Amino acid sequence: MGQFLFMAAVFAGAFVVSYLLISKVPTRLHTPLMSMTNAISAVTILGGILLFSAETNPLEKVLGALAIATAAFNAIGGFTITDRMLKMFRRHHE
Amino acid sequence: MNSHWRLLLDFGIIAILLFGVALFRAPRTARAGNLAAALALAGALIAVLLVNPLRDPAVVILALLAGGAAGVVVAMRTKMIQMPAMIAFQHGMGGIAAFLTSLVELNRAGATLPVTGQVAGLLGITVGAATFSGSLIASGKLAGVLRQTPVLLPRHAVIQTTLLVAILALGALVLQAAAPALLYGSLALILVAVALGVVFALRIGGADMPVLISFLNATAGLAAAFCGIIIQNRLLIACGATVAASGSILTYAMCRAMNRSLRLVLMPAPQPPAASPAAPAPPAVAEALPPPAAEKPAEPSAEEAGQPPLERALAALRAAQSIIIIPGYGMALAQAQFELAHLTEKLRAMGRQLRFAIHPIAGRMPGHMHVLLAEAEIDADLLFDLPDINADFEKTDLALVVGACDVVNPAAVEVEGTPISGMPILEARAAKQVVVCNLDANPGYSGVANSLYTNAKTILVLGDAKAALEQLREGLGASSTPS
Repeated sequence: MGQFLFMAAVFAGAFVVSYLLISKVPTRLHTPLMSMTNAISAVTILGGILLFSAETNPLEKVLGALAIATAAFNAIGGFTITDRMLKMFRRHHE
Repeated sequence: MNSHWRLLLDFGIIAILLFGVALFRAPRTARAGNLAAALALAGALIAVLLVNPLRDPAVVILALLAGGAAGVVVAMRTKMIQMPAMIAFQHGMGGIAAFLTSLVELNRAGATLPVTGQVAGLLGITVGAATFSGSLIASGKLAGVLRQTPVLLPRHAVIQTTLLVAILALGALVLQAAAPALLYGSLALILVAVALGVVFALRIGGADMPVLISFLNATAGLAAAFCGIIIQNRLLIACGATVAASGSILTYAMCRAMNRSLRLVLMPAPQPPAASPAAPAPPAVAEALPPPAAEKPAEPSAEEAGQPPLERALAALRAAQSIIIIPGYGMALAQAQFELAHLTEKLRAMGRQLRFAIHPIAGRMPGHMHVLLAEAEIDADLLFDLPDINADFEKTDLALVVGACDVVNPAAVEVEGTPISGMPILEARAAKQVVVCNLDANPGYSGVANSLYTNAKTILVLGDAKAALEQLREGLGASSTPS
C-alpha cells in the first residue's frame, strides 16, 4: 500500500508541476508542445526494455519487440519533428 | 546501484524533463527545451540498459534501430500541413507500446501482483488500446483518408455505452484470474477497447478534431502512467503525468475556444441523429438562415456592379490603410501561405498597418496555424490571438479572409441551435470592408451557411486562393510603382 501511495504521489506531483508549467506555454507553441509531450509518452520504451531483463517466451519476444519499435518510432520521430518546427519559429526571433 | 541512488537518478531525470517543459514558455528557448526532454529520455534509457542486463540484447537493439530509423525518416518527410495527422498517428504508436507492455507484464506477474498493480495493468491495456485505435481513426480523418465529417452509427450512444459497460465487466472478470483465463480475458479486453476507440473517434469530426487530438494526447500519457504503476517505475508515472497534464490543458483550451462542454464532444448526446451534420449538406438549421450564397455570390449593391470581384478586391486593398488577415485551414489546403507571405511583405512595404488574427481552431490542431505561418516565414509579431485583436476589427478598413469560414461565421453568435452556436468568432463583419478569398461559398465543416458572404460589404473572390492572392499582389505592384 505504501508503494502505491508513493506512486500516486509521484503522479500527482508531476501532474501538478507540469500543469503549472504548461499553463504558461503561449498558444503559438501548442503544436510543438503536443508533439514533444507525445514523444515523452514514449517513455513506455523503458517498460518494453525491462521485459527483456527476464526470460521471454516467443510470444513475449514478439510483443516486446513491437512495443520497443513503436515507442522508439514515437520518441525519436517526435523529438525530431518538434525540432524541425521549433527551428522555423526561432528563425523569426533572431 | 542501491535504491537511494536510483531514486536520486530518477528524480534528476524528471527534473531535466520538467525543465525542458518550462523552456516552452518562449519560442526562443523552446528548442533547447525539446532537446532537454530528449536528453532526459535518452538518459533514462541508458540508465535502464546499464542497470538491467538484457537476455536478448539483439532483439532489443534491432527493435530500437528499426523503430528509431522509421521515426526519423517519417519526421523529416512530414509536411507542416500533415502535422496533425502525423501527431495523431504517433499518439497511436504510443498507445500500442503502452498496451503491449502492460499486457505482457500483467500476464507475466499474474496473481503475484497487488490488486492496485492488476487494476493499473488492466487500465493500461484498455486506455492504450482505445488510444491506439482512436488515434488511427483521427489520423486517417486528418490525412483525408477517411471522411472528415462525423460518422454516426445507428444508436451510436447505445453502442458506445455498451462497449464501456463491457470493458468494466471484462475488467472485473479478469481481475485476479488465473494464468490462461487472464491472457484470454486481456485479449478480449483489447478487442473491446479497440472497438470503443473506433466508435468514439468516428463520431468526432470537422471542427472538433482539435479537441479529439488533444484528448488522445492526454490518454496516451495516462496509458504510459498506468503502465508505470504495474512495473513500479517512477519515470513512466512522472512522464505519463506530464503528458496527461499537457493533453488536459490543450483539451480544455480547445473546448473553451469553441465554447463546448467536453462531455458533449466526447459522449454522443441522446438525441436523434438528424441534428448532427453527418452529411456534407448543411443541416436543417441552415435552412432557416438566409440562403447559402453558393449559387450566386453576393451582388454588390453599389455602382461597381459590373466589375469582376478581383478588381473590386484590389481597389479595396489599395484604399485600406489598416488590414487584418484571417487565415483558415483552406489557406493551407490551397498551399497559399507562401503567396500570402509575399502579399504581406508587399503591403507592409507600402506602409499599410497589417496584422493577422488567429482563431484557436484555425488549423486542425492547437497552434497549427502558427506553425503553417511560421513555415511561410511570416513574422510572428504580426500574429494576434482572438481575444487580443477582436475589438480592433471595427477600427479596421479591411478584413481579408483567406480560406476560413466557420471562424468568421456570424451565425455562431446570431443563430441558436447550429453546431457552431456559441463559438466565439473573429469579428470580420465589423470591419469597414471584407474580402473573402475562398475556394467556394459553401458552408464550412460545421455545415452552417455563412451570412458574412451575403453581407453587402463583402467582396467574394472565389477560386484558388493562391492564384487570387498572386493576382492581388501583382495588381498592387502595378499601381504602386508610378505613384
